[in-house]
This record gives sequence, structure tokens and C-alpha cells, in this order.
Amino acid sequence: MSDNGPFRLSRGGRLIDRAYQLPFRFDGRQMRGVQGDTIASALLANGQLMMGRSFKYHRPRGPVASGAEEPNALLGLGQGGRFEPNQRATTTPLVGGMVTTSQNCWPSLNFDIGAVNNKLYRFLPAGFYYKTFIHPRPAWKHLFEPIIRRSAGLGKAPTEGDLDTYEQAYGHADLVVVGGGIAGLTAALEAGRTGKTVTLLEQTPQFGGRTPTDHADGQARIDALLAELHALPNVTLRRNTMATGLYDHGYLIAREALADHDPNAGIPRQRLWRIRAGHVVVASGALERPLSFAGNDVPGVILASAVRDFVDLYGVAPGRNLVVVTNNDDAYRTALTALDAGLAVAAVIDARPTAQGALPEAVRARGVRVLTGSAVAGIKGGQAVEGVKLCAHSGSGDVTEVIAADCVAMSGGWSPVVHLWSHCGGKLSWSEDRAMFYPDLARPPTGADGAAMATPLGAAAGDLTVAEVTGAVAEQPLLPVWVMPVNATRKMKFKMWLDFQNDVKVSDVELAAQEGYQSVEHTKRYTTLGMATDQGKVSNINGLAVLSKALNQPIPATGTTTFRPPYTPLTLGTIGAEARGELFQPLRKTDIHGWHESNGAFFEPVGHWRRPYCYPKAGESHHDAVAREIRAVRASVGTLDASTLGKIIVKGPDAGKFLDMMYTGLMSTLPVGKCRYGLICNENGFLVDDGVAARLSEDTWLVHTTTGGADRMHAHMEDWLQCEWWDWKVYTANVTEQWSQVAVVGPKARVLLERLGGTIDLSAEALPFMGWAEGEIAGIPARIFRISFSGELSFEVAVPAKRGREFWEKLHEAGRDLGITPYGTEAMHIMRAEKGFIMIGDETDGTVIPQDLGMSWAISKKKPDYIGKRAQERSFMSSPERWKLVGLESVDGRVLPDGVYAVAEGSNANGQRNTQGRVTSTYMSPTLNRPIAMGLVLHGPNRMGEVLEFPVQGAETYKARIVDPVFYDKEGSRANG
Amino acid sequence: MAEALAKITELKDLGMVQIRADLVRAGDAIAAATGLAMPAANATVTDGARTLCWMSPDELLLVLPKAEAREATQALADALSTEHALVLDVSDMRAAFAIEGARAAQALAKLCPADIAAMPADGIRRTRAAQVACGIWRRGEGFVLIGFRSVGDYIGGLLRGAARPGTELDPR
Amino acid sequence: MLTLTCPYCGNAAEETELAPGGEAHLKRFGPGSSDEQFEDYLFARKNPKGVHFERWRHAYGCGKWFLAARDTVTLEVFGTYKAQTPNPTPEIVAAVQAKRPNWTPDWTSTPATTTSAESLTE
Repeated sequence: MSDNGPFRLSRGGRLIDRAYQLPFRFDGRQMRGVQGDTIASALLANGQLMMGRSFKYHRPRGPVASGAEEPNALLGLGQGGRFEPNQRATTTPLVGGMVTTSQNCWPSLNFDIGAVNNKLYRFLPAGFYYKTFIHPRPAWKHLFEPIIRRSAGLGKAPTEGDLDTYEQAYGHADLVVVGGGIAGLTAALEAGRTGKTVTLLEQTPQFGGRTPTDHADGQARIDALLAELHALPNVTLRRNTMATGLYDHGYLIAREALADHDPNAGIPRQRLWRIRAGHVVVASGALERPLSFAGNDVPGVILASAVRDFVDLYGVAPGRNLVVVTNNDDAYRTALTALDAGLAVAAVIDARPTAQGALPEAVRARGVRVLTGSAVAGIKGGQAVEGVKLCAHSGSGDVTEVIAADCVAMSGGWSPVVHLWSHCGGKLSWSEDRAMFYPDLARPPTGADGAAMATPLGAAAGDLTVAEVTGAVAEQPLLPVWVMPVNATRKMKFKMWLDFQNDVKVSDVELAAQEGYQSVEHTKRYTTLGMATDQGKVSNINGLAVLSKALNQPIPATGTTTFRPPYTPLTLGTIGAEARGELFQPLRKTDIHGWHESNGAFFEPVGHWRRPYCYPKAGESHHDAVAREIRAVRASVGTLDASTLGKIIVKGPDAGKFLDMMYTGLMSTLPVGKCRYGLICNENGFLVDDGVAARLSEDTWLVHTTTGGADRMHAHMEDWLQCEWWDWKVYTANVTEQWSQVAVVGPKARVLLERLGGTIDLSAEALPFMGWAEGEIAGIPARIFRISFSGELSFEVAVPAKRGREFWEKLHEAGRDLGITPYGTEAMHIMRAEKGFIMIGDETDGTVIPQDLGMSWAISKKKPDYIGKRAQERSFMSSPERWKLVGLESVDGRVLPDGVYAVAEGSNANGQRNTQGRVTSTYMSPTLNRPIAMGLVLHGPNRMGEVLEFPVQGAETYKARIVDPVFYDKEGSRANG
Repeated sequence: MAEALAKITELKDLGMVQIRADLVRAGDAIAAATGLAMPAANATVTDGARTLCWMSPDELLLVLPKAEAREATQALADALSTEHALVLDVSDMRAAFAIEGARAAQALAKLCPADIAAMPADGIRRTRAAQVACGIWRRGEGFVLIGFRSVGDYIGGLLRGAARPGTELDPR
Repeated sequence: MLTLTCPYCGNAAEETELAPGGEAHLKRFGPGSSDEQFEDYLFARKNPKGVHFERWRHAYGCGKWFLAARDTVTLEVFGTYKAQTPNPTPEIVAAVQAKRPNWTPDWTSTPATTTSAESLTE
């Protein structure tokens, strides 16, 4: 017994350094591991075999594996903002000071209330949940659900924000090799020598895979390969990097652990790699299968390879007195490793009738009992192994002897890791001799060129033994063993675990088959086999073999469930990478944004832009601020940052013809120096954008779009120009970002602008409504458009974008005595509604045509064609039954809720009240001091004065009178100043 | 403390002129007006403070000191007055950053799906940096990245994050 | 995630640099067309299992729309080509048939000759 833990061996452990001790805590208890340990090996060294409890029955659970396939040893790691549940103890390197906690147990790991489920296993069979969903219903709601909710679940979700950071990186390589074992390293070297760019990904902290442990010269061979590989500059070897999935066209996602092992490193914890691979070599190895014998889930029953790993890699004894249970030669290596480490091997129980290979002979030569044709009838012990009940494999489990042991090393053979091969469509074949699914080279996943984009290699290809890779000792064939012993009783099958985490047993799969489940995918859902966090790495093949037997069909006829990424679970933070906090999404800011911020603007998102909604003063509500802004604009002058409006230059000999196709109205006839409002529809006839176009010169127009429409409308134009009218001579340019635009609005707007001085005559004569002019104002080059979205005298001033704030500040400086007021989007919305102007997205929803909005005046009758014209000729587009735009005047002074429907007589086929209209915009008008609204109403324009009813749940029915939608300044005189 | 992967500097004095034209027909006129040879596809031509960037089969971007942009725009417009062409001063439209240092390409590899490291010395590539469009060309030992002005803060944050000390992409 | 080579700038772009545009080679029907023609143009799509021609825009790159011939099942790309053609080009047809000998075009007209815009994009 060493001071590195009672189960730490005095020698051996190729990955650990006994000199560096690492203290850590497990469930509050202080323990010690050493440098190089995983959490699992450190816990084992401390004699802590039990590491958790299973999902359904809360059975005690110890590690069954030593790597990524581990279903049992899942722990909570860290604390507070660095707490993470469900971390695999077998793959997580131990870090000094680590705090670890067991999961799924209460009040403690050793005494768990939920384990009472264990006594109820006869009443919680496969499909239990589904059955209780159906009958009896009250039992589910009042009895089962509360109990299950309390006891189900593994780790607890973190309650604090993640303190760690993450990043991503794009990679490119001619060849990506997944797996740093001997097969992968060899492939990387071969490809590297040809000059190809090669990236090799190894999920663990060390290269070599099983070879150093399983082969006499293993480490030397790996070291030699690595030495050659390191000399090749075109080869990149990445450790701690798990390939999570392979996708279309050679797109491979991998996760590199950077500071998992050192939370204080000050660098991102993990990096998500997005690699474009010319070709992928899948050298991901194989996973050992458990054997299905009664009691195979008792802590201390461990995969033979894992026992070997714990001893050889970490110098830890999972037990002092082992029994090996196997159906193949490979597991004999575990006996040899154990003997070499000074542990006792009580017996090797081999299901095969004979075992004459080199490995069994070597074990016999060491004086170990080799019991062929034998099987395990059961395990003595509950929370730990005390002994193994021996029986004949061919029988039904009559116990012939009980062999004392504290650890069982089991091996049911190996399954190639075919996940990456399968993720993107690679198919599998079944090998009868080897009892495994392996990649079918004739049906590979294919890439952009139609050829195979991946090649399996080594154990992942089904070349399972080290011998096949290195040419070392030959092994004798295995005997497929799916249930042990062959004629096990029903009672024994109740104790044969397939899925250790989800508590799915041989009896459950047989029950599913008996109840009619034939598809492996259905059986998976019904029994939850393979749905645990290990995604069936340990359980799937055994499970579908049992299902096949129960269905009396060969295994390939049953097939496998679908392999889906990720190979092992990914933290969401890793997928999000840099997109957190300030970088969560790009925020678009105008040049004037900083001024808005320092002047107390309350922002609202408009697409990715942030626009001031209003500028509340200290103690002022948003509602009051908006009302104040509107009154100031209508009484004197206000400014709106309109920089976000889309601005597209359209130029060329055919630009007029083109714009006549884009707009419903005529743009080709617009005189130079003038502006015109226009509507843009899609080919389906529906209104998608609106705005003012200005003719800059004989062959150049400047098109204004909505804020949200800028990129969309530019793409729309380019689509038609490139794909339909490619011989038209038109160039477009989206210059939205080139200009800051400020709407200077109100009766004092002209007075204010004139104070700034410049070269542009702002008089009504020189610059009339819907005119524009170019020159300089306040020493800044500018275009000024006399357009109005508020009904007031209004100048929209465009200046080079990076001088926007300068211009804005000059305005505010000059307008102080006029009470110049910045106003936001809400004031803009209300003022346009007061004028009955439509808003794309309020009055339109993708199903509204201009004719619905009383805007036939904006549709040219002369033009033979425009985008949307043919669609608008369809009979239902001209139907008088379409809802049309009207104003709505609240009868009782209450503001109508947005989006509410007006009801009509009768009800529809679903028993719902018929409707005859809905509210599209609704506000309290500060100008008129009463509510105003617009809506789309059946026969609306012909029903002026009628009162509609708008029932709202939980409130008195709203009533509103149909009126003209222009509520303010119907003559439109104010815009003329 | 480890060093940053690259030095990130915002370039505030760059002027830009967008040119759209039939580059074959108008090539000579453009070369004469800009004082630069016509770049090949996906390439830039640099002379002194001026760089002419190939943006698409019918689009170029002239990058030059901001003070020269207005005059250059006029010169190009005059030179192309008989062509079907579009010349615009777009000096205010973009944010530009210099990314300089031995591992500048690594910082960009964290943001861009295109293989920037493989770009030739006179190469230019339009791609995206995380969630926004960008254009990248080589300048000296490093790169210039341009994106839209409104997302300049976002791009700056991305680049500084990607270049954070200790985050080299070298295998560890 | 697909990688397609833009035929205008020659860059291989991954799907996130592209914007999809649906089926290619739709013939526009405007005013004067019958309801059936217009319905076909606006709504009827082939949605084939196998060889398909579709529109993509190199949105984060040179901004050009291009067309791709692709197998919707295997995602094999037979080729990409410029958008200024009413039907897939003879080269594209040959590339498809080299890989899918049983596939035959379902259009009758021959591709138009080089258009005026073509010279802009060489």
C-alpha cells in the first residue's frame, strides 16, 4: 500500500508520475491522485469503486470502461460558474484542487432513497413510461410522474453562467486522420511522406491508442512513428481533440480541449474545429463489449481492456484478486498484465469449448485456472464483487462453484468504432466470424465528387487485433456470446444489463420483441436502450443481438440504430464559441450611436441595428418621452437618426426600365432632381418594401428602402438583373453604409438648417416638397431630400457616414433655442400613423397587396409589366372580399390592443367566431390626445361610421368606428411648411 | 505572458472608390485613371499607398488615402464617362483593420471559413468573419480586413478575441 | 455542409458563404400568361430525387448568382455554371451523364448562345 492511495500499485503506470501528487475532493472527502491520472483512476486508487448510480433503478455503479464509452462514472465537476454535470471520470484528466461530486443519488452515494426503484424492477419494465401515459391516466399524473420527476435525471444543470470562454477555428487539410493509434499514425506518416497536408486528431492526451498496453514493443513502435511524423512540416498532430462528427463534403467537426485541465490558464477552455478534409481516414479503433451475464452491473465488473488500462496506464488495481470472463483470446492479456503487476488471477472463464491460442497458453503457463466451456451464472455481492458463480456455458446456469474474487474483467469481443464512417452515409456489413459490424468499403460515405470521402483503417475497419496491424501474435477466433450462459433463465435475464446507465436489461429487450417491436429504432425508443449519454457505445451491439435472437432473425436483418454526431457530448459553450456577450451577434451602429447612448436613448432592435426608441429624461416614462418628442416635432423641430434606411444606387442606360419593373409605379418618368414614393412587390404580388426614390442624373437613381429591406432589396434587384434581364445595362450598389441620414422635421426645420449655412438653397421655391438638392451644409457635403414621413415640413439630410455625428451635433448646437428634440422610432411610428401612412411589417404581413391598402394610386396602369403585376391579376387578388385598410376610432377612449380581430356573425367550421378584420397599428396619439388605429376590414372603405367589436379575453370587448385612416392634417398642408 | 497572435489596428484613414464596369473593355481606362495595373481575378495590385482590389468579375475597389478619394472618384468617373460604368466614393462605408504578426493568419482562421493562409501574396478573398461579410487581402507580413462600418465594433471585438495571447493554433 | 465553386470568381465557397435560391431555369410568365402557366412558374417545383439544377448566390463573396447541378440524394456536385443561360449548358449535361448515364434532360430547347452579359463575367 503506497501513500498514493490504497489501490495504487507500487510500480507501473506509464502515464502517471507518482512524484506529483494532486489533492482533490470527491463528495466532500479529501483524496489524492497523481499527475497523469484520470479522475476514475484516481478514485480507484483511493479505493472508491462506486462512482454513481444508474438512471432508473439507482443501482450502484462503478466504472465499466476506461475511455469515452464509459456509461457509469459520470460526475459533477467544479463549482459555481465552472460547474459541469455528467463529466466522464474515465476521460477527464485529474487537476489538483478539483472538486467532484457523484450524481443521481440522495441523500448519499452509499445510501440512496431512489434505489427503492431497484426493488420495483418488475413493475418498471421496458415501455413503462409509455404504458402509464396511456392507462391509467390519473396514475401517471398523480402517482408516477411526481415520483419519477424527483428521482430521474443524472447531473444537475448548472445554475450560474459559464465563466469559461470558448473559440472556434477553421481548418483545411488534404487528409484528416481520426485516431492517433498505430493505424492512424501509420496512415498519417504514409500520406505525409507524399507531401499532402495531413491533420491527425487524437481524442486522448497521448498518442498510441492500445498498442503500448497490448503489444510488447508497442511504445517503441509508437515513439518511432512519432519521431518521423514530427519531422514532417506538412503533418499536424493534435492531441485532446475529439472528432465529433463527419458531415457532407468532407466537413469534419472536432473539439480540442485547451484548458479543460487548467481553469486558471486564462485562455479559452475548448476550441471547436471546423475542418474541410479532402479525405478522412477513420482510424478510431474499436470498443470492447461487455458480456451479458447475471450481475454484470455490480461495481467491480469491468471490461477486460479497462482493467488492463487501469493497471498499465495508471498503476491502479481495480481489485486484488481477478476473474477474467471472456469469449476471445484478447482478454487473456488482462490476466497477463494483472499477473505482471503482482495481482492474483483466480481464474479465466472462457465460454469457448477450447482455448489453445498463444495467449491462453501463456496464461496457463503462469499457473492460472483456465475454465473453458464455462460461464458466469451470477455475481456474489451488491455494492462490490465478492465472488463469481461458475456454470457451464451450454447450460441454464446451475452453479458448480463460487470463485472468490473482488474484480471481474469481462470481454465479449470488440466492435469497430464506425461512428464517423456512418455519420454521413457509410454503410456497414456484419461479420459472422468476428461478430461485429464493420465498414462496408463498397458503400462508403461519398463526397462532392461522388467518390468515397472516408477510408476506415485498423480496428475501426474491423482489423481488430494488434497482430493485424503489427504482425505480432496470432489470436484464435472468438465465440459470439450474447447471453451467458446460453440457456439462461428468465430470472437471470432480469439481472443481465445491456445499458448500464439507463438500466436496460436483456429481459427488457426480449419483452419489447414479445410485445411486437421489430424495428431496432423502435425498440431503442421503447426500452431506452442506447439512449443514455454514452449513446449505446457499450450496449448497442449486445442489445440488437438479443433483439435479433428474440425475433429469430440474423443480426444484419435487424441492423443498427443510426449513428449520429456528436461522438461524445459537447458543451454548448463550445458550439457557441466566440458568439457570447458583446459578440453574441453583430450589433449595427450608426455613426451617431454614441450620441444616442450618452443622451439616454432607450434602444430597440431593428434587424441587427439598434435604434433609439425614445430618449427618456430622468424620471420620465417611455410613454411620456414619446409624447413629448412628438409634441416637440409638431410644434418646433426634431431630429431622427434615419441612417439605417436602405440606400441603393441604380445606374445605367436601362436603369429607368429596370426600376419600372421593380416598382409598381413609374420611376423612369421621374425628373432629375425629384423624388417619388414607390412600392415594391414580390412576384407573388405581395407588398414587400416601400420608400422614396430620387433621380440623381439622367441614368442614375438613388433608391431608399426600409431599414430591414436594404440588403433584401439589393439582393432582389441583383437577382433579377443577373438571372432574368442579364442583357440590361444596369449596375446597382448598396450604399446604405456610406451615408448618415438625419431627418430634420417640424415647422422650424428650415429655419434651423439655414442657420448651419452652406451652398444649398432650402427655400420652398428652390427645394420644393419631393425635391432634392446637393451641396454643402455646415461645411459637410450633403444631399437634402424634401420628403416627409411625419406630415411635417421635413428635410432628410444625407452626409458621408463618418461625419454623421458631427452634423447631428451641429444641428443640436444650432437648434438649442428652438427646443430641438431628438426623437426615436416610436415617435416616428405614431406620427406616420397619425397621417395614415403605412408601415411595412405593420400594415403588411406578406399577404397584403397595395390594392388592399388603398394604394392603387401608386400602381401604374400604363405599364405592361412589373414584378407582381401578373400575380395581382389573379381573381382572388381583385376580389371585393379582401380586407382593406381603414382608420379605426376607439369608441370608449381605450387604445385598441395591437393585432386584435373584429368579429362577425356566426362561426366557422371549427366553431370559432367568424372574423371581419384586424388591427394593424394602434397608438395613443399625443397630437390628437385620443387613441388612433388602422386596420384591415372586410369592405372597410364602404363601411365608414360602422362600429366593429373586438373581443379580448379577460377584458371588456373593445369597440371602434371605421373612419378615414388619415387622422391629422388631411389636406397635407403642414409638409409644405 | 504569451504574446497576442497578431497586432490589431483599426485603419481610419483609408479612402475607397467602388468601380463597376466591364473590366475587359474599361481596363485600360481604369488603369490609367488609378495609376495601377489591372488586378487579375482574386488579386490586388499595390503601388505605394494605393491598392486596386478585384472584387468580382465586374467590380473593383480602389483603396487609397482618404484625402485622395474624392479626386480619384472624379478622375475615374471622367475616364469612364463613355462606358456603362458606376464609380462611387464609398470611403465612409467600411471599417478596416490591419492584422499584423507571425500568427495573423491563425487569428483569421478562427473567424473565416475560407483558407486565408493559402492565399497568395497578392490575393484577396471576400468571405465572412463570424457573422458578417468581409474582404481580406495581404499587406506586408499581415492582412487588411474590411467590413461594414456599422459592425466595426463587432469586427474589432472578433479580431482582438481571435488574437488573444495564448490561443495559438499550433498543436499543443 | 456543401462546398460549391463559384464559376465567376473561381473560389470554392462553403454553404455559409452562399445563399440558396431554389430551382434553376424557371421561365418567367408575366402579364398575358394563363393561370396554369403562371401557377407553374410561381409554385410548381420539380423537387427531384437525384439530378437537380439549382440557384445559389455567392452572397459573402463576389455577389454573383450561379447555378449548380447536384444530386439531391448523394449531394454529388456535377458542376457549377453561370446563371446567364436558359438551360444547363452542354458541358454540364455531359458532366451529369458521365456520372448518371440513365439521366436525360427534360427540356427540349437548346441553350441560348453567349449573351451580352457573358462578356462581363469572363
